[in-house]
Amino acid sequence: MSAPGVTANEVAPEERRIHYLNWATTVKSWLLTLDHKRICILYLCTITFYFLVGAVAATLFRIELMTPQGDFLSAEIYNKMFTMHGVAMIFFFLVPSIPATLGNFLIPLMIGAKDVAFPRLNLLTWYLFSIGSLFALFAIINGGVDTGWTFYTPYSSTYANGHVIAATFGVFVAGFASILTGLNFIVTVHKMRAPGMTWFRLPLFIWAAYATSIIMVLGTPVIAITMLLIIAERGLGIGIFDPALGGDPVLFQHLFWFYSHPAVYIMILPGFGVISEVIACFCRKRVFGYEFIAFSSLAIAIIGFFVWGHHLFVSSQSVYAGLIFSFLTFFVGVPTAIKIFNWVATLYKGSVSFETPMLYALGFIGLFTVGGLTGLYLSTLAIDIHLHDTYFVVAHFHYVMVGGMVLAFLSGLHFWWPKMTGRIYNETAAKFASVIVFIGFNLTFFPQFIVGYLGMPRRYYEYPEQWQLLQLLSSAGASVLGFGFLMVLCYLPFSLVFGKRAGPNPWRAKGLEWEETTSPPIAHNFVKNPIVTEEAYAYTKGSRHV
Amino acid sequence: MNEFELFPEAASSFAGEVDLLYWFLTIVSVIFTVGIALALLYLGIRYRRKSEDEPAPEEIHGSNLLEIVWSVVPLILAFVMFFWGAHLFFKMRIVPADAMEILVTGKQWMWKIQHPNGKREINNLHVPLGQPVKCTMTSEDVIHSFYVPEFRVKQDVLPGRYTQLWFTPTKIGTYHLFCAEFCGTEHSRMGGKVYVMTPSDYESWLEGGADASLSPVEAGELLFTSLGCATCHHDGKNSQGPNLAGVFGTMQPLDSGGEILADENYIKDSMMNPQGQIVRGYPKVMPSFKGMVTDAQITQIIAYLKSIAGTEEADSTTDEETPESPESALLNDALEPDTTGQRYVRMEQ
Amino acid sequence: MSDAHSSPYLAHHFDDMEQQSQAASLGMWIFLAQEIMFFGGLFCGYAVYRLKFPEAFSAGSYSLAIGWGCFNTVVLIGSSLTMALAVRSAQLGRKAGIIKWLVITMFLGCVFLGVKVVEYSAKFEHNMIPGRHFEFHDDGKFVVAGHGDHSAAVGHDEPVHAEVGEPADHHAAEAAHGEPTEHAEPAGEDNGHGIVEINQGEVELFVGFYFMMTGMHALHMVIGVGLIIWLLVLTAKNRFATEYYTPIEMFGLYWHFVDIVWIFLFPLLYLIGRH
Repeated sequence: MSAPGVTANEVAPEERRIHYLNWATTVKSWLLTLDHKRICILYLCTITFYFLVGAVAATLFRIELMTPQGDFLSAEIYNKMFTMHGVAMIFFFLVPSIPATLGNFLIPLMIGAKDVAFPRLNLLTWYLFSIGSLFALFAIINGGVDTGWTFYTPYSSTYANGHVIAATFGVFVAGFASILTGLNFIVTVHKMRAPGMTWFRLPLFIWAAYATSIIMVLGTPVIAITMLLIIAERGLGIGIFDPALGGDPVLFQHLFWFYSHPAVYIMILPGFGVISEVIACFCRKRVFGYEFIAFSSLAIAIIGFFVWGHHLFVSSQSVYAGLIFSFLTFFVGVPTAIKIFNWVATLYKGSVSFETPMLYALGFIGLFTVGGLTGLYLSTLAIDIHLHDTYFVVAHFHYVMVGGMVLAFLSGLHFWWPKMTGRIYNETAAKFASVIVFIGFNLTFFPQFIVGYLGMPRRYYEYPEQWQLLQLLSSAGASVLGFGFLMVLCYLPFSLVFGKRAGPNPWRAKGLEWEETTSPPIAHNFVKNPIVTEEAYAYTKGSRHV
Repeated sequence: MNEFELFPEAASSFAGEVDLLYWFLTIVSVIFTVGIALALLYLGIRYRRKSEDEPAPEEIHGSNLLEIVWSVVPLILAFVMFFWGAHLFFKMRIVPADAMEILVTGKQWMWKIQHPNGKREINNLHVPLGQPVKCTMTSEDVIHSFYVPEFRVKQDVLPGRYTQLWFTPTKIGTYHLFCAEFCGTEHSRMGGKVYVMTPSDYESWLEGGADASLSPVEAGELLFTSLGCATCHHDGKNSQGPNLAGVFGTMQPLDSGGEILADENYIKDSMMNPQGQIVRGYPKVMPSFKGMVTDAQITQIIAYLKSIAGTEEADSTTDEETPESPESALLNDALEPDTTGQRYVRMEQ
Repeated sequence: MSDAHSSPYLAHHFDDMEQQSQAASLGMWIFLAQEIMFFGGLFCGYAVYRLKFPEAFSAGSYSLAIGWGCFNTVVLIGSSLTMALAVRSAQLGRKAGIIKWLVITMFLGCVFLGVKVVEYSAKFEHNMIPGRHFEFHDDGKFVVAGHGDHSAAVGHDEPVHAEVGEPADHHAAEAAHGEPTEHAEPAGEDNGHGIVEINQGEVELFVGFYFMMTGMHALHMVIGVGLIIWLLVLTAKNRFATEYYTPIEMFGLYWHFVDIVWIFLFPLLYLIGRH
């Protein structure tokens, strides 16, 4: 693939031992790093923390929901818990997750660059993210916010007690991390590809990251200004969404969802990218329909900007607007379906193996299919009237976000773990945990589809007795799911100390990050600048056995 | 014990049609989900790697024909769903001319309902069978949402404007009324029952007063729930209003300082002009019931409150001695300041 | 390793100066695109309410000092010219020229901001600040309904329906297709004497948007002025040359953008519908 001479596999022993993690070990070298790989690790630590924050909140309210009465938490605390869960999970875990960790680590490596286009900007984004998250943490510690992560007005702007301003300001600041990360990635992919790396030789992860970055750059500013408007209304008394001043509370919903719908594509598209990479490697085959997958990512990014109104079908939005949004929402489902079919087709005549990353990827395909199909129910106008704001919606978005995105994240984390850390985790523990996660997840969220159609609204801490069995099943499932996640949080760090050392390409995968770098990579990525002469996933031509 | 059900009762003219569309979506979803799962299973097993040294698979780029097929077929299915859903949606949105109008006001945390002849109720809705009913709704404060699952209808209720929903009840019975848009602390408790009755029963309900066969205490207990008192005056944690068990006849501390005896006059004053004498430690959120209760009904409520004056249970949830988890205790402590009237609610100014 | 570093201005992760400069350019354009989306949200809200309350917003426009607005527009356009000249000086490698034109640009920016201070003070004096004490004065041209009563805009405290035992406003209720009408009291009606009646709450909404939009714009100008100072320091330290003046060029793009935002703000806020 590259010029003859020293390859990653034949790096001299001394050179192999010094890499991006250990060439300097001071705190300053980490906190002032310009290395995209170290920034990935910084982000990984921060988002893991917020995942745990969100998980603790979920634990508390799932315990409450085991009984129909409100007997474990007070109503106010319950409301604060689900708000905290949503805010932490969405803004401080899911939105940054793959882009800021795997994206940061892999994009320069996959395209053959020494770093991203703007390394200092990259570091700045981590600080912006962390500072924003501290505002949210402040809000949580000082009594919480109970508006729901959706901050609907006029409740959030006029009626709610709690630190709405701190929480929304935290989202505002963290949003800039997202925007600048997207900006960095777009410029990097445009300008810093290695010689020979044409657009259609790019790994599909890059296409996915690129599409995600477009959404990050164009969508996030709208939520930024929306958060500022809430702060202005709440803090300065400027009435914008307040009907008492002629303001329109539904305007808030439009502005909020104009970002928050594309945001779900920010959350899932990188996951799609990971799945493409993992499936290709564990079938040892080029992904079926490469161009279709690449273009479908762009299609989702673009069409995704025009469907936000499906969150407003019962909001008093006009019937005609509802028609248009419903129509477009069905439309945006098609590129997604195309991906699923192409991934399944990749297994045909492949050489399939079932290591942990592949297990997660296969689980993703199943669970995301369910999540995506249940989205169709919600796009159907007449059905959404019944299902809006019920547990059906909660189940739908957890299927796509957890069954989809989190599984994709775990797949990617396990796949690139040897590359990032130079260590191999315990495969038995990992496989076992993946099965526990899969079972626990379905047990938690499938009953919620049922109880949602039965009519149970969301954000309820008390509910009619007849639904207790379903909620109990859901809480039981949550404990299984939690156990699975805890397992992952144990064996991965364990491997850092006790895991076998990884070679440069333990999966025998194609890709510059596998074939041209050590595990972990050296600080400036490549010993020799790569030159690309073949397509992505060229497993049949000149594949090298390691 | 409850029988396990997958669907709520079908009690309106829409319900059957909505459920049919739901079945269609479910069948399509099951076909695709099972199909994909089986495909993965089959292909995964059939093409599993048998040895690490086996040659790499043959290169397959793709198939434009397949791409077109599996784009167009889902697109067609999607459009079927769209048109079907849109068609039904139009029916659900266009109100028939002969619909009987019910006025609904949502406020934190109750529904105030008024019938065409002026009769009012709180949290409950009585409607006649077979008659189209349209609810014209607004909110006094934040966004709420009026939801009757058994009718398959829902509509957000907004401050400063009117929204509508309509339905024709098709089955006698008692159904749920929920608030389906998060509106604050007692959002879960903002609801009640929808009673579908025969037209003649409905007429007599419209005209009638309280059931004469009930004692004042029983009638008062019914009113305590139907007027929404129980929504706030309960013994759960951090309730919006004081638990009224064991209160009548005792001295109560006022937030303006001093104390007052909770006698008949205090009860009546609290219902007519609640802001005047609020008990210390509770937010100023109680609405006035002036014009909504007759003197006879006030007397019945007072009788009920007297009857629970010596007990610890009214609208019981659990024993207040239940040990709290450390987190919730900590959080509870952190929350103490919130209940001392900081909440600002747009009340009648 | 990459080819020998031909330039001391080349960052380590780029291959050559052209790649570096193109990357910077693309980055700045993307940044400006997201700024458009950012201001776009505000413009969108403004447009919605302008269409909803045309008379009140006209009254609001009328209350703005058009003289100062025009003056500021000229000042900003002038500053864009001087900024372009600064970039030109950088292209030619003239350090003195860069400094001169940057300083003039900064001066003009400060003039703009000074005028904003004057305008804002006028608003403070007349109590035209959104909030509890907002007042909009009748002046013979506009008559304000609900004058002096902050919450009277919608009759909010007494919703016109069930509470009072009257049938609902059927005019409002018959909007059967889900297209909701507004409040019970239509605003902006000509009461027949050529005087337009408007609603104080709606004017307050205009003023709120005025402050938010011009305030956000002014914040960007303040940041811009700060960045000019930083560029002056760099120039003084001889950090730029004919082969590398990218920061000046990129800042120029930013400054022009901020100017263009004003070019939209000015007619939308000051000029449209001004009777």
